[in-house]
Amino acid sequence: MLTEFELQALWLSLKVALRSVAFALPFAVVAAYILARKRFPGKVLFDGVIHLPLALPPVLVGYLLLLTFGIRGPLGGWLYDAFGLRLAFTSVGASIATAVMSFPLMVRAIRLSIEAIDLGLERAAATLGASPLDRLITITLPLMLPGVLSGCVVAFAASLGEFGAVITFVSNIPGETQTLPLAIYAAVQNPDGDAAAARLAALSLVLALSGLIISEVIARRARRMLGGAADE
Amino acid sequence: MTMIDLDIRKRLGDFALDVSFSIPGHGVTALFGRSGAGKTSVIAAIAGLLRPDEGHIRVAGRTLFDARVGADVPIHRRRVGYVFQDGRLFPHLSVRDNLLYGYRRSPLRNRRITMEEVVALLGVAPLLERRPRDLSGGEKQRVAIGRALLAQPEVLLMDEPFASLDAPRKREILPYLERLRDELRLPIVYVSHAIEEVVRLANQVVVLDAGRVAATGTPEQLGERLDLRPLLGEFESGAIIDAQVTAFDSQFELSTLAFEGGVLRVPGRAGDLGALVRVRVRARDVSLALEKPAAISVQNIFAGAVEEVFEDSGAYAELKLRVSGTRFLSRVTRESVSRLGLVLGAQVYLLVKSVSLDHETVSTVPGRANGGLRHGD
Repeated sequence: MLTEFELQALWLSLKVALRSVAFALPFAVVAAYILARKRFPGKVLFDGVIHLPLALPPVLVGYLLLLTFGIRGPLGGWLYDAFGLRLAFTSVGASIATAVMSFPLMVRAIRLSIEAIDLGLERAAATLGASPLDRLITITLPLMLPGVLSGCVVAFAASLGEFGAVITFVSNIPGETQTLPLAIYAAVQNPDGDAAAARLAALSLVLALSGLIISEVIARRARRMLGGAADE
Repeated sequence: MTMIDLDIRKRLGDFALDVSFSIPGHGVTALFGRSGAGKTSVIAAIAGLLRPDEGHIRVAGRTLFDARVGADVPIHRRRVGYVFQDGRLFPHLSVRDNLLYGYRRSPLRNRRITMEEVVALLGVAPLLERRPRDLSGGEKQRVAIGRALLAQPEVLLMDEPFASLDAPRKREILPYLERLRDELRLPIVYVSHAIEEVVRLANQVVVLDAGRVAATGTPEQLGERLDLRPLLGEFESGAIIDAQVTAFDSQFELSTLAFEGGVLRVPGRAGDLGALVRVRVRARDVSLALEKPAAISVQNIFAGAVEEVFEDSGAYAELKLRVSGTRFLSRVTRESVSRLGLVLGAQVYLLVKSVSLDHETVSTVPGRANGGLRHGD
């Protein structure tokens, strides 16, 4: 049903997006917790830096990544010399680019769920003998789970669709960095590529729709598990 | 031994809290006062949820806070059970896991109160596998009380646990609290602005007004203090009389209660024969007459003398009356005081309708432990 080329782009897209979510999640949880709970001088600046990828042109983000993580960049050079790790023009690099682009979306979703947690519950846990770390693990983290899940879904969807940052940082290499949107772009550039572009577009559409449906089902189940108002 | 020794000061914006009291031994202490008097702030300070600016807090000989030496035990090491006004059950845990949350964190050597005891005491066995969202308000509060008890506290603090409940739910939980008081010898500090609850449960009362202690004493002592009347806006004044059940008339369903100065007849079965009960006779239910009325439906008529007259600015006056060794309060119009010539020392007859003494005003006497669970001897 799908050609080898299409399967390759589909598989690569899923791989890049999944890895991107995995990269971003730990940092996003910490950043969201700091933004929701902590007060410190320079918080506005911190908030601004985290949201920067939303405001910058994706091409610019890709270019900055290339400057930093490129083989001659300060971090990229060190990674290559020390570990033989190359990010530019690789699928790992593609995941980094999509992680950076989707990071603010993930942080926002998680932050909202932390802000919605009644601080009184953590105080109640404290009177019952739970230390601050204990409270974080047994009360706060489970209660922010719906936000973590929806943050992951949003970030995953955004990663599937990311174009500008990816093509600038890791280029458009079939089998390595050519995700679905990049494959569509390549097909459209080709004078005979209309049919291929249409098939890829349909594939993207099905992928996006099923992702959204699955995420809604998961979110509902999570809310019910946490005793929320899923069916009220 | 002094159970709670507290002396704290705290500024909260325009509000200044300056409270000092000590509570001896076990039993229920009510913190009573209008909303905004600082009741919740006091128990929040005991629990460590509010940090005083100055002063000290000691519970069962242990210093939890002392500003002078910089002592401030973290909340989770205070061993203070806290029942919040809104319950605060953990929504992601079952009732069983809510109940066991504190128990699992308590050191083995402190475990005196067991799950089985709490489940039986509070009647929560059918709820154990449910989630908090599937519980009624009264059920939630019972679970919250059980959860606090199972954390093996040295003192139980309750912040108006009935404020969010309607009257039938209150009636459902009050007996559980009476059992807590009598069966677990655990000191309880109870915040309330409902005098009915305070009288029913409390051994001693601390009256707070605008962040300060206005009076302390037993419910009986405070109930007789007419000078506290303007302060306790919501205070439905009345006399508190401890009596013994001496007879039950099954034909007319009336109990006879003996007290120092006479007998009271009250509807229904007030308790087993010989049981000690506490009766609250509301001031507005006591009428006064200069001659002993004959042929009248009122069952309870006592001869007494006027001890004190307190006239407020409105239409009413309140009188303290002595019937042998017992004091009653009566609320009548100022016009009646003037017409009947009710001055200090005047001899009068007190008329108390039996129907005014119902299950809301007759309860078992606090502090009569009768075996069962023991805590912290």
